[in-house]
Amino acid sequence: MAKLKINGIDLEVERGTSVLEAARFLGIPIPTLCHDDGLTPYGACRLCVVEVGSANGNGRTKMLSACTLPAEDGLIVQTHSAKVEKARRLLLEMYVATCPQSKTIQDLASKYGMRQERLAPKHDNCIQCGLCVRMCEEQMMAGAIGFAGRGAKRRVSRPFDMTSSLCRQCGACMYICPVCELRCHGASAESTLCNGCLNFATVCMQSYDDAMCFLDPCHACEIGGPLRSDVPVKLSAVKSAAQEK
Amino acid sequence: MPKLESILDLEQFRDVCLKDRDAQKPCLTVCAGSGCTASGAHDVIAGLKKNLEKLGLADKIDVKSTGCHGFCEKGPVMIVWPDGVFYNRVTSRDAAAIVASATNGRKPVEKLLYQDPQTGERVLHENDVPFYARQQRVLFGNNGRIDPRQIEDYLRVGGYKALAKVLGNKTPGEDIVEEIKKSGLRGRGGAGFPTGVKWAALRANPATPKYIICNADEGDPGAFMDRSLLEGNPHSIIEGMIIGAYALGATIGYVYVRAEYPLAVEHLRVALRQAEEFGLLGQNIFGTGFNFRIKVVQGAGAFVCGEETALIASIEGRVGEPTPRPPFPVQRGLWGKPTIINNVKTWASVPQIINRGAGWYASIGTERSKGTMVFSLVGKINNTGLVEVPMGITLREMIYIIGGGIPKGKELKAVQIGGPSGGCIPASLIDLPIDYEELTKAGSMMGSGGMVVMDETTCMVDVARYFMEFLEEESCGKCFPCREGTQRLREILERICAGKGKEEDLEVLTDLAWVMKETSLCGLGQTAANPVLTTLRYFKDEYLAHIREHRCPAKVCKELIVYSIEPTVCDGCHACVAVCATDAILGEKKKSHQIDSGKCIKCGACLEVCQPKAVLVS
Ligand SMILES: Cc1cc2nc3c(=O)[nH]c(=O)nc-3n(C[C@H](O)[C@H](O)[C@H](O)COP(=O)(O)O)c2cc1C
Ligand code: SF4
Ligand code: SF4
Ligand code: FES
Repeated sequence: MAKLKINGIDLEVERGTSVLEAARFLGIPIPTLCHDDGLTPYGACRLCVVEVGSANGNGRTKMLSACTLPAEDGLIVQTHSAKVEKARRLLLEMYVATCPQSKTIQDLASKYGMRQERLAPKHDNCIQCGLCVRMCEEQMMAGAIGFAGRGAKRRVSRPFDMTSSLCRQCGACMYICPVCELRCHGASAESTLCNGCLNFATVCMQSYDDAMCFLDPCHACEIGGPLRSDVPVKLSAVKSAAQEK
Repeated sequence: MPKLESILDLEQFRDVCLKDRDAQKPCLTVCAGSGCTASGAHDVIAGLKKNLEKLGLADKIDVKSTGCHGFCEKGPVMIVWPDGVFYNRVTSRDAAAIVASATNGRKPVEKLLYQDPQTGERVLHENDVPFYARQQRVLFGNNGRIDPRQIEDYLRVGGYKALAKVLGNKTPGEDIVEEIKKSGLRGRGGAGFPTGVKWAALRANPATPKYIICNADEGDPGAFMDRSLLEGNPHSIIEGMIIGAYALGATIGYVYVRAEYPLAVEHLRVALRQAEEFGLLGQNIFGTGFNFRIKVVQGAGAFVCGEETALIASIEGRVGEPTPRPPFPVQRGLWGKPTIINNVKTWASVPQIINRGAGWYASIGTERSKGTMVFSLVGKINNTGLVEVPMGITLREMIYIIGGGIPKGKELKAVQIGGPSGGCIPASLIDLPIDYEELTKAGSMMGSGGMVVMDETTCMVDVARYFMEFLEEESCGKCFPCREGTQRLREILERICAGKGKEEDLEVLTDLAWVMKETSLCGLGQTAANPVLTTLRYFKDEYLAHIREHRCPAKVCKELIVYSIEPTVCDGCHACVAVCATDAILGEKKKSHQIDSGKCIKCGACLEVCQPKAVLVS
């Protein structure tokens, strides 16, 4: 067990627990953009920074990412000190300028009381949080996407920039992405139904025996997949259809 | 050569090596470091050998190629032993004269001796040259005396004595760590972390196996100290690593060296092979039951791969991107095992400390920065090169005595210390003692020891922009504040350089710099804003001149300057017309010329060639 102090509260957690998990256990919210329970911590968005000191550190502190910081004996953690808050506000100012179209980022910015934006908007479509890459690799066991390039040229990509045979178009990457959410434009003038979000084909069931994921909502499955409660689907029927092709 | 089975064997072999060489036998040692090689050292060596053969003296006088002496500016340099006569700017045409002087009465070749630019006097010995007089070459001292490809040479200068000492006395590992702690040695790779403390932390970690790594990535542009040591004295690094492995209980070590250093890799490999043949590496070293091997890993050469967690990832075959610390490498390093990473110079300091004692080492330097530091002195300075000085030497001594001052009588403006993310220290702080604490206080850092001297013709905003451009390229891009911050800072600085900056920009620069420093994942992002922060701190008026008056005081920023020709001075010589790439200069011969500012690209070519100095920049 590791004994540490978070915002003045003493607590004991199992070794291997991260400070982010420990803080959440206490009900203290720490904002994150690159973290997801169930995926390996990555430490890239830096929004979860906390101020960390130690009992014998003479009051000196360091700013460390809570998601990657293992809870250790004697840590003294401040999750919302003035310094931390200032850092998060400035990071969010940069995030909003980079991807103003992301609702996740806009929501966080308002939560952090960001009132001004001094940087020019860029409308990038990725903050490189790496969630999609880890999702694809660790949960979908596909490893169809990864990072390529360095610095400003770094981006999520597929091998040789072609749709990889490893990709089964499950949509998990888009599901977890905090940025590439489609902005809702509402229904068009002619119709009251939009269905704009349902732009996937049902590919999963054509290639596999069983449902490969349980994403909610899986856009593909919503149209005709096995997870749609009101449409009974016979797996064997789908299979034989696939075999005929 | 049979394997050395014991320390007695080693000492006996050392004696043989020493007796082998008559100390009075003349020897011509020519620097074959990268600098001197570029200026023709190998021609000199060939010339010397040819002349000796012609005179039938090939067995009377030895010729040796050695590692870098540091004074690359004056290369090729060489020394004639046993008198220790130092020659500089030698060419193959001088070979005959050198050989003649070495054989007949040993009267030095006057014109090859170093000439003091101030007094005009000729200097006989290397150590009396002002460039060397203030140096204390603890690590580099043997570079000019040994052939890096011959282990015998290293043994002759007392090599592997420190290893024999600890193995012979069976010194317990913790005592060695204690000795390193007492010496006050701090890591020479940049951050200056106390080496002994790091080693003790590794020993406290019960997990096995343990690994040690020598960081020879050296990605800073313009830095070549690690390379020079690897090329010039690889055994000193190997000896340090063997002692470290013995003290720390490691059985495998790695040297991570950049692939762009082929000569360093080659010399290292030769040295490792010799050490293995002699039984200094391998199983049961000197019959003590201690096993240790060293592997060489060549890095692809990204700057960020020098960062320790990225380096480990790279050795493991993963992408060379940093991971958050903690866990530190001593907790979970290579292959998840406890690992020590130290810089080339840190490892090479270890045998010195063991040989001469922690007390001796701690007597060099300042209160909290001990020993010597190696700098690469470049930029607007007369004597460029590698210098090794005791910690605490002042900037003034560095620049005006060792460096020989600023060329062309220009004024010193600033010195950028610590590599691309070091800070710029203004000329007003010329008496600053150089150590870890003082540099940090001034907003800079020791870093890897890069030292770029800038004179009055340098625009500090442009300097900040230049370094930010480099760091933007070198940022691995993994973490947001560094990737995005370097881009944003560069964009804002570019705007200011173009005269389009706003006063609010300075606040944004400061804010972004702060958040990068506080929240970036690794040292690159955490220090990347140093050039911006220090130039803002010491040269704010220059920023304001660009913003408020749209003026570049140093006349560097192209958007803010205009080239013109003063008609009363121009003699119509037409020289400028010939060099102008865009045909922007109009005028007939013998009549005064004019510059078409629409066509002028402000390259400055006309300024260079104009004899009567009629070209004006405003
Ligand atoms: C961007 C970056 C580049 C680095 N490059 C090097 C390098 O080229 N050589 C080196 O020895 N240390 C380099 N370091 C420092 C290493 O991370 C590490 O601190 C060092 O190798 C530890 O050795 P020391 O304690 O002997 O200094 C770099 C650090 C950063 C953040
Ligand atoms: S595409 Fe989305 S999930 Fe993937 S790295 Fe970019 S922002 Fe993150
Ligand atoms: S600080 Fe820069 S170099 Fe370091 S991990 Fe972040 S993006 Fe990569
Ligand atoms: S959630 Fe910790 S760095 Fe992104």
